[in-house]
Amino acid sequence: MEEKDEKLVISSSPHIHCETTTRRIMLDVIISLVPALVASVIIFGPRVLLIVAVTIASCVLSEYFSRKVMKRENTIGDLSAVVTGLLLAFNLPVSVPPLVAAFGGLIAIVVIKQMFGGIGQNFVNPALAARIILLNSFPAYMTSWTKPYLYLHPAAATVASTSDALAGATPLALIKHGAAANQLPSLLNMFFGNRGGSLGETCTLALLIGGIYLIARKVISPVIPACFLGTAALLSLCMGRNVAYDLLSGGMMLGAIFMATDYTTSPITTKGKVIYAVGCGVITMLIRNFGNLPEGVSYAIVLMNILTPLIDSGTRPAAFGKEPAKK
Amino acid sequence: MDSSLPVSPFKTHGGVDILSRKHTAAQESAVLPPPEEVVLPMQQHVGAPCKPLVKTGDRVLIGQKIADSDAFVSAPIHASISGKVAGIVKISLAGGQLVDAVRIVSDGKMETSPDVKPPEIKDLPGFLAAVRASGLVGLGGAGFPTHVKLAVPKGKSVDTLIVNVAECEPYITSDNRCALENTAQIMHGISSVKKWLGIHRVMIAVENNKPDVIETMKKAAAGDAEIGVLTLHSRYPQGAEKVLIQSCTGRCVPMGGLPADVGCIVMNIASAAALGEYLETGMPLVKRRVTIDGSAIKNPQNVIVPVGTYIKTIIDFCGGYREKPKKILMGGPMMGVSIASDQLPVIKQNNGIICLGEEEAHKMEPTACIRCGRCVRVCPMHLMPTMLEKFAMAKRVDDLQEYNVMDCMECGSCAYGCPAGRPLVQAIRLGKALVKARRKK
Repeated sequence: MEEKDEKLVISSSPHIHCETTTRRIMLDVIISLVPALVASVIIFGPRVLLIVAVTIASCVLSEYFSRKVMKRENTIGDLSAVVTGLLLAFNLPVSVPPLVAAFGGLIAIVVIKQMFGGIGQNFVNPALAARIILLNSFPAYMTSWTKPYLYLHPAAATVASTSDALAGATPLALIKHGAAANQLPSLLNMFFGNRGGSLGETCTLALLIGGIYLIARKVISPVIPACFLGTAALLSLCMGRNVAYDLLSGGMMLGAIFMATDYTTSPITTKGKVIYAVGCGVITMLIRNFGNLPEGVSYAIVLMNILTPLIDSGTRPAAFGKEPAKK
Repeated sequence: MDSSLPVSPFKTHGGVDILSRKHTAAQESAVLPPPEEVVLPMQQHVGAPCKPLVKTGDRVLIGQKIADSDAFVSAPIHASISGKVAGIVKISLAGGQLVDAVRIVSDGKMETSPDVKPPEIKDLPGFLAAVRASGLVGLGGAGFPTHVKLAVPKGKSVDTLIVNVAECEPYITSDNRCALENTAQIMHGISSVKKWLGIHRVMIAVENNKPDVIETMKKAAAGDAEIGVLTLHSRYPQGAEKVLIQSCTGRCVPMGGLPADVGCIVMNIASAAALGEYLETGMPLVKRRVTIDGSAIKNPQNVIVPVGTYIKTIIDFCGGYREKPKKILMGGPMMGVSIASDQLPVIKQNNGIICLGEEEAHKMEPTACIRCGRCVRVCPMHLMPTMLEKFAMAKRVDDLQEYNVMDCMECGSCAYGCPAGRPLVQAIRLGKALVKARRKK
């Protein structure tokens, strides 16, 4: 075509773009996880920072080198590997050896994410899948729970680091083994996170703050957390369990707000999100009530991740003008 | 059907909030001094191209018909300045197609043709013939011949006329200015359509970011209880025909259907004004109000120009370029077409020329889709752009059809909001071409 005085760019419309980018979304997720991180450091001590640093470094380096090996463009700039690293750390006990944590990051990024094509292509949540693999590979490390504020009493910790008195069984494990009500932490302690558990999952207050931030920034829709928690609460009630403990314990809040809402592994349409989140809630409660494991959030989410393509194809929106006529 | 005038808009799906950038809304339109020459392409509308009725050396006067076609879906073209036909030339339109064009060199007199006199109309066919003779096409951008739009197909009845002043494209304010500056012609155009088509419900639909237009229109329509002004949310693409009909009436145009299927006719306000002017004075569509704006323009404003004026001439009138333009758009930044040169003429349906500077024209490098679902949420046609893109790239024509690719109106809401900067509209256009190619076989 004619190229007269100056070269103008010819491209397809639209010619303007909004401010939102993948990087900005990932940054928002990181910001939303900061309150829970701060709470975790207060509850479990400075070792939290070591574990978080190790998982993030492991995830980012794994992403960098796997892209390099595959001769693809470098994608660490989108910050998604940082998010995976943070979420993986949140799913580990604070006492986990750094090498195990680093191995988790490697699994999450190389095996789960990059081998399936990188961001947007993984079929299960990388952090959760890595947690499950670690749980089955290193069950002892992955289920030794430290009591809150133990780091403030270093003397006690060295005396008997493995005794039951110090290793805090999680409330869910206590319930599973039929503990009496007075052995459980109070609901207020549960809400503020003063209980045994993975390092990022215990402080419900901080997780809720992060969730509200993500919803306010329109990064996630409230549909998945609301349906997940609602279904779990309803089933807990029907099963005659303690509803408040079920919602505040284990990875319920972390899972419903941050893990189940992962874009890549959750359905696109609202209808699909409802089906998916209800499924997560049902499977979680079935495992908690009837399974051998005390906790079922990670398995529930991963199972529903796998069903996501199916849910997506079954919940396609009806195109404009194809709907039943409205009056 | 319900024929009352709604006070608030009906609910529609999707859309995006875009910074409106209506810098030129408060400024009165300037009139371009007569240009030295104009070029009138034979295709300024949807439908069959016209054939020139004049030859090199002929003297032509303003309003004189210089090209026409026998086809029903077509619209005649009139001289927009007085002067001599300097030749029939080939020019390439915005989309790249090569067409004949009549080049007229001005004699500086701007003399009006004696043919220009108000039409005498006795019945509906006479009205439609007059509309055709005026050369009027949809001035909102589509360029669909108005007499075709107003000819209601047999077996269908129309009870509502929607006058579109949504003007949801960023930057563009030519309809806004038209509503304020040509109010009398607009009302004349509306009442003639009402009269000849027997329509008793007219809605003037305005986005709520134009309070002055709402007020002016309300005042102008005060005398007629059948004409109402409806305030719409300013949300892109509010002015898209199907979205607008749903906002105004709650009716949903069936897939592949026309507004007449739900009893509606949608007319752009500039078309209504041009119709009113033609019926009053007999002057056909020979001038156009265009918004000249964008970061590369020195003095953004609306300019009334003869159809066929070179874009460069108008930009020079606006003080020229502030910086070297990186992109020149015919139309707004959401649906406008980027053109290769400012030596193209303004055609009938151009409502704006937007020149983007280096920074504004910057395009995001696409990264991988993260399946966030924003494109699905904003699609006013309830499609799944992310799936359409994948199918188009993989040339999966069956899936493209199954996912209704042909229903996309290319409003660009999906690509505007895609955090990964995916070229969704581009891929969908490719997908449409694949489906069309299959249908031809």
